Amino acid sequence: MELSALLLQVLNGLDKGSAYALIALGLTLIFGTLGVVNFAHGALFMIGAFCSVTVQRLLSLSTVTLDETKTDFLGRPLEVKTPYVESWFGESVGQAMIDWSVPLAILLAIPVMLLIGFVMERGLIKHFYKRPHSDQILVTFGLAIVLQEIIKAYFGANQIPAPAPSMFIGSFDFGQLVGFDPGVLMYPYWRIVYFLFAMLVIAAVFAFLQFTTFGMVVRAGMADRETVGLLGINIDKRFTIMFGIAAAVAGLAGVMYTPINSPSYTFGMDFLVISFVVVVVGGMGSLGGAVLAGFVLGILESFASMREVIEFIPGINQVVIYLAAVLILLARPRGLLGRKGVMES
Amino acid sequence: MLGLNRNDFLMLLFVFVLVAAAPIFLNPFPEGSTFAQFNAGYPDLMQRFLIFGIFAIGFNILFGLTGYLSFGHAAFLGAGSYAGVWMLKLLTINVIPAIVVSTIVAGVFSLMIGYISLRRSGIYFSILTLAFAQMSFALAASVLTPITGGETGLQTTLSDPRILDGAAAGTGNIPAPSLFGLEMGHSWKVAVGDWLWTFNVGYYLCAFVLMIVFYISIRIFRSPFGMMLKAIKSNNERLSYTGISPRPYTLAAFVISGMYAGLAGGLMVSMDPLAGAERMQWTASGEVVLMTILGGVGTVVGPVLGAGIIKYFENIFSKINDGLLEQWFAFMPDGLADFMVTIVHPFVGKGWHLSLGLMFMLVVIFLPGGLVGGVTGLFRRLFRRRSH
Repeated sequence: MELSALLLQVLNGLDKGSAYALIALGLTLIFGTLGVVNFAHGALFMIGAFCSVTVQRLLSLSTVTLDETKTDFLGRPLEVKTPYVESWFGESVGQAMIDWSVPLAILLAIPVMLLIGFVMERGLIKHFYKRPHSDQILVTFGLAIVLQEIIKAYFGANQIPAPAPSMFIGSFDFGQLVGFDPGVLMYPYWRIVYFLFAMLVIAAVFAFLQFTTFGMVVRAGMADRETVGLLGINIDKRFTIMFGIAAAVAGLAGVMYTPINSPSYTFGMDFLVISFVVVVVGGMGSLGGAVLAGFVLGILESFASMREVIEFIPGINQVVIYLAAVLILLARPRGLLGRKGVMES
Repeated sequence: MLGLNRNDFLMLLFVFVLVAAAPIFLNPFPEGSTFAQFNAGYPDLMQRFLIFGIFAIGFNILFGLTGYLSFGHAAFLGAGSYAGVWMLKLLTINVIPAIVVSTIVAGVFSLMIGYISLRRSGIYFSILTLAFAQMSFALAASVLTPITGGETGLQTTLSDPRILDGAAAGTGNIPAPSLFGLEMGHSWKVAVGDWLWTFNVGYYLCAFVLMIVFYISIRIFRSPFGMMLKAIKSNNERLSYTGISPRPYTLAAFVISGMYAGLAGGLMVSMDPLAGAERMQWTASGEVVLMTILGGVGTVVGPVLGAGIIKYFENIFSKINDGLLEQWFAFMPDGLADFMVTIVHPFVGKGWHLSLGLMFMLVVIFLPGGLVGGVTGLFRRLFRRRSH
């Protein structure tokens, strides 16, 4: 096998791995701070994705004027749609805004997801700290169904495309960049953007936890919540904020994923199951483990879908993640980077 | 009686009456009336009540007694279904071998998965079972197509080489499973006044099986073995300190509940000889968890009720459409009626999942013991007040 083919699989694994890593990171943040297993996290990812659909629709709201000088194919006067943004900001700026609706959706997604996170934590999750993990799983699972159905009732059951900005559509020759022949190693622009974006978000979360006083208190609270509380710090409030941040991370992952895969209301569930596998493989409560496992499993999945591998072991592409999870959990019961005593009875 | 104490015997009797008379009281509305939509007394749905009841009873033996939350039990139901269809294809159209073999196959399958998954506990166990079930689903839908029929599913045909009885009688091109010549789909219809009651062979076969496995489950709950399982749930560590290894017990519980799932799968294909891979998907596993929780985890009768309620809602709520709603609210003034239709619309028809999700959240939030737990709690409170 050629080196370029291997490299291509690594690259292909990166975008899915990024999404896994971002969702798993949020799940781990919630688990590490509040000790809550959040099955609604996939739904948060899905809501994030629909933020970009919403922004796209808002930006394309148009006024319709009839152009009497031209006719359409039925002979009626041609309807000319002018989006409001074009009439407000001028044609070029308006068109650019519509074109860039997916990245612009980040601006909407952050406050929306923070708000949803706060409401969810204060309204529901707060009452489940002391309940068994199975109750938490069940109530958040119910919530996930409700959120899904609300989205379905409003946006319908079909996938809604939300394309990337036109400058990122298409592929570029990644192979030439690292010294292969031209045309050997093509890679879509947006996937690189997604990967870089994911790295940025992950770095931001880690920097926030590592280098700010707030983050330091949160980390202390993760290690020993009671003692931090006894020191006179309102740890509950900070944990609520962390829940909001975790929701925002999932939402951002969803916003930027829409050009790769058009969202529908089941979008989150598909990722949720695998993300839980990712969290457990990485080690419950370990942030680094979640990110590492996300990328490892994403790349593994992409390797397993190579033609040569499938010919050798049929069906491996369908099961590789679960198989890896089983093997890792049996060989390293606490996951890749898990600590002792987390989630063990 | 039957080795049960008085309360348990009464409960068994209660379930017996409930199951035996279901075709009558599930059709409370006369044929052709506005509310006939709410009638659930048709064979297909009633069979599903019982089959999922059996599935949930079995799941409760694992989750209710030991506290191990498996997210992969649908895999055993699926394995049982496939085994059952193969029996119907290869051996005989009689359902008994199909039901027995599907139970055994699911038992062996759950022994393998349980042996590995039970090395871990808590959420790790849940994820391991989930992973195994998803693998089974993916393989059944793709690589194992020669055995499972892939995405189209596996079903019986007239040309199957049935060793014992050759080509079987049947309507159309799908041979109908039967019990010594009595077809599962056969029903007797009894009209009493405006009411129409359907007594179906398949339903009463399911009812017979359900009564047996329900009795077994009560005996397990009250046995020393059941006590041991409860001990595992309440304090696994302390049990280990007394010198008892919990693993054989949890594994036994896992295999028993897997066999219940396989039995449910076998019955499912006996009623409708078709098995598909989606039966193994994790959402199907989630469904049985919902049933058990809704009815009441760790209670003997809860899972049966939970299964009945969820299947009822699934079928009845999903059938209500806007036209029907308008008919119901027709007595109101126009504006109000429209308003009511708009309010109710998202919760019924295609949106019945929303009702399910909400109902589910409400039960978990306000009734941690499920419906049975809630009712017994209420009774206990009333009783205590009276004794004062």
